[in-house]
Amino acid sequence: MRLFAGLLARNRLALVGAVVLAAVAVLALLVPVLPVRAPNVTDTAARYLRPLSEGHLLGTDHLGRDLLSRLLWGTRLSLAVGFAAAVIAAVIGAALGIVAGYFGGRTDNLIMRGVDMLMAFPYILLALAIVAALGPGLLNALIAVAAVNVPFFARNIRGITVGIANREFVDAARLAGMGHWRIIWSEILPNVVPVIVIAMSTTIGWMILETAGLSFLGLGSQPPQADLGSMLGEARAALITAPHTSVVPGVMILIIVMSINLLGDGVRDALDPRLRSGALSRPMAATRVARDTVPEPQGDGILTLQALETQFHVGGRVYRAVNKVSLSVHPGECLGIIGESGSGKSVTALSVMGLVASPPGVITGGAARYRGDDLIGAPYETLRSLRGDRIAYIFQDPLATLHPLYRVGDQLAEAIRVHHPLGRAEAWARAVALLHSVRIPNPESRAKAYPHEMSGGMRQRVGIAMALANDPDVIIADEPTTALDVTVQAQILSLLDELRRARGLAIIFITHDFGVVAQLCDRVAVMYAGRIVEEGPTGVLLESPAHPYTRRLIDCVPELGAGRRRLAAIPGLPPAVDQLPPGCAFAPRCGRKQPACEAGEIGLEGSGARRVRCLYPEVEEP
Amino acid sequence: MGAYILRRLISAIPVLLGITVIVFAIMEMIPGDPATAILGSYATPENVEKLNRELGLDKPAVQRYFIWLGNMLTGDFGQSYALNRPVLDEVLERFGATLILAGVAFVLCSGLGVLAGVVSAARQYGPADRAITFVVLLGISIPSFFLGMMMILLFAVKLRWLPVSGMYAIYGGGDLQDLLRHLVMPASALAVVATGVIARLSRGAMLEVLRQDFIRTARAKGVPERRVIQGHALRAAMVGIIPVLGIQAGFVLSGAVYIEMVFQWPGVGRMLVDAILKRDILLVQGGVVFVAACYVLFNIVVDVAQSLLDPRIKT
Repeated sequence: MRLFAGLLARNRLALVGAVVLAAVAVLALLVPVLPVRAPNVTDTAARYLRPLSEGHLLGTDHLGRDLLSRLLWGTRLSLAVGFAAAVIAAVIGAALGIVAGYFGGRTDNLIMRGVDMLMAFPYILLALAIVAALGPGLLNALIAVAAVNVPFFARNIRGITVGIANREFVDAARLAGMGHWRIIWSEILPNVVPVIVIAMSTTIGWMILETAGLSFLGLGSQPPQADLGSMLGEARAALITAPHTSVVPGVMILIIVMSINLLGDGVRDALDPRLRSGALSRPMAATRVARDTVPEPQGDGILTLQALETQFHVGGRVYRAVNKVSLSVHPGECLGIIGESGSGKSVTALSVMGLVASPPGVITGGAARYRGDDLIGAPYETLRSLRGDRIAYIFQDPLATLHPLYRVGDQLAEAIRVHHPLGRAEAWARAVALLHSVRIPNPESRAKAYPHEMSGGMRQRVGIAMALANDPDVIIADEPTTALDVTVQAQILSLLDELRRARGLAIIFITHDFGVVAQLCDRVAVMYAGRIVEEGPTGVLLESPAHPYTRRLIDCVPELGAGRRRLAAIPGLPPAVDQLPPGCAFAPRCGRKQPACEAGEIGLEGSGARRVRCLYPEVEEP
Repeated sequence: MGAYILRRLISAIPVLLGITVIVFAIMEMIPGDPATAILGSYATPENVEKLNRELGLDKPAVQRYFIWLGNMLTGDFGQSYALNRPVLDEVLERFGATLILAGVAFVLCSGLGVLAGVVSAARQYGPADRAITFVVLLGISIPSFFLGMMMILLFAVKLRWLPVSGMYAIYGGGDLQDLLRHLVMPASALAVVATGVIARLSRGAMLEVLRQDFIRTARAKGVPERRVIQGHALRAAMVGIIPVLGIQAGFVLSGAVYIEMVFQWPGVGRMLVDAILKRDILLVQGGVVFVAACYVLFNIVVDVAQSLLDPRIKT
């Protein structure tokens, strides 16, 4: 509740809505004791007085009645009716929804068919039919508006109830011998009430508008009693000669409904967990860059990362996902990046081409040089022309990474056409050839398939084909084989290996699988908590790991035919990257820890290709 | 595809039957008897009974329902006592006018709503997004009939750009240009609320899609941002937007009743309100059933459009 109030207070617009609505409600409640004229006293001598007339702040209407008084009384009536309609609709709708959702089966079917029937009506038409049957009148308008809103509540609440009714605590209550109605009352209802409240807060504005509408048509409140809608309806005849009689009630409806909507939005945002976590990020075309200095170019790799730093800024927290990572890869070489989930390996890869979602992602330092040119902070068009053309990506989980509504052939053809002025047919032919080159059988017909019509291995090959489309210099493969079974994995690895030998491709291969690294990579970098902790030629590193983390990581891997060895899981969890300890991030989990490990920054030291970030490495002179 | 459309049409039959049952049941709730309503309270009991028999009102409700349904299937919706002409003729004539009004409004609100939602999402939290969000909020909060009245004051009375009301000018009108001039205000007033709702939901759908992995893939292969938004993201978001368009079509169609009152548009909504006030039950019944049936058929069109857009839907 306090969290809710806090969020509401932060959302200034919602606060404005709440204050305005409260003011209107207080006025409406206090009308009987306020010093205003009686609303229905006519004075034909003083018809259509303009606002600010003597004794009539807002003027008078066609019968000389005081508009201010009628406005306040009308507001009172409109608010009361709108609120009552919302409550009635919510109660009946929720009751139907809970019963349907809880009992399921035939009950559910019967109720929901009925609800669907009602929803098949154009909304206001149903209200009109009900008023037609019951006769014009405010109470009947209220019933009509409530009735047409019942299906909305019933549907929403049913959905929620179905979810709850299958949860363990409901089963437990059932096993404990609780009756259906007691379960509904004590287990289901408390969980549904918040949803009902949200649904009400979003629909009450509608209901006020609708009752006002029916009154406007002359089907709601009957003279002399007036709500805001019928005031507008009566004023319509004199719209041109005395516009103020229309403007006054109209603006009041606008104010009420708008403040309700503002408040409702605030409530919804405050209760929506996705907004709270900041997950609904702004989708920018390239990652935001905020760095002070640019490192001098060095190294001769085709792609070189220099002290790259990428952070996620969420709320007041800073997550150091990539912390001064330096890497380099040469043509024809395959560099492996290995590490646990959350070690920052994927973010490192995405940072190169500015593909980290932003916000919350920000590149705060370092450089990524392709043939010596810095890509970080490069103009969008430069980045775009390199993306997929010179530096291409292969992503994990190709079901999510391929567009579900485009044929794979079209997606491949597009990858070519955004970089080369090629005709449609020509690009399609290229796409088919690409599918053939990644050994997809019947490429002509498979090109016409949608991603969901293919198997996981097929889709992954499509992903690889897409990366190869423009014959790039560098491919960054982010766990491309993780979701696949072993035989398919082996095929894809040998395919990649062949391509790099044949085309001189540089590959950065991200994985958490040492087997894959051993098979494909020339060099390996091990990442932990956003940093590289060890780097070296694959064979040496796997034979004699120097960093205790690498050692433990390798020990976690079961070996085929090695008998029943005790698999050593690493105790503890990787640290959260928003509160990294000083010194070695692995120290809390490390068996070789000494006081110096946690004292201060430890450098990535070593000779030649072999480097390690450890004061007490597993092997002397790595 | 043909089989799919046929299946959807067949599945609409129970819905249509349900609609007639609901309308009939609602009308059965009317207190008093229609014959008295028609003849007035001074009618003799004999006359009332005679009329009841003529109208078939002495039979049980179930029987009367099937007679009514059977008649409707042969195109006989009964006779409007107030207008003294067949209900169907009147409804068809009025529905044409409503269709023009609601159709134009629907095209307006779909186009503008989706456009505003896409711009808003692509520029999330930017000035354009904030401006659109505010206008949208205003749009969904203003009663369409009040907006219509204010438009009349401004554009017809003060600026004299557009005619105050009606569908055609009384003298010398009747051509397309005249119709369009009369359409501008009512169609825009009718479109405003739906535009707001569509814009909001489109923005939400776009933001949802823009976070998906396949958008990152599109960017990673070098697709220009404009095409990422207008092609990849919008195409996927439309899967969520189209059902909303279907629902809003119902709002526009029935919301037309207010606008028809304000602008004296000779549509089916105004006809219904008049009929309700005159207690012309057969006209109300026939009108409601007819419009609801059209809406059900329109929703089938929406479903078919959806299946064309999304290959994952089994047709």
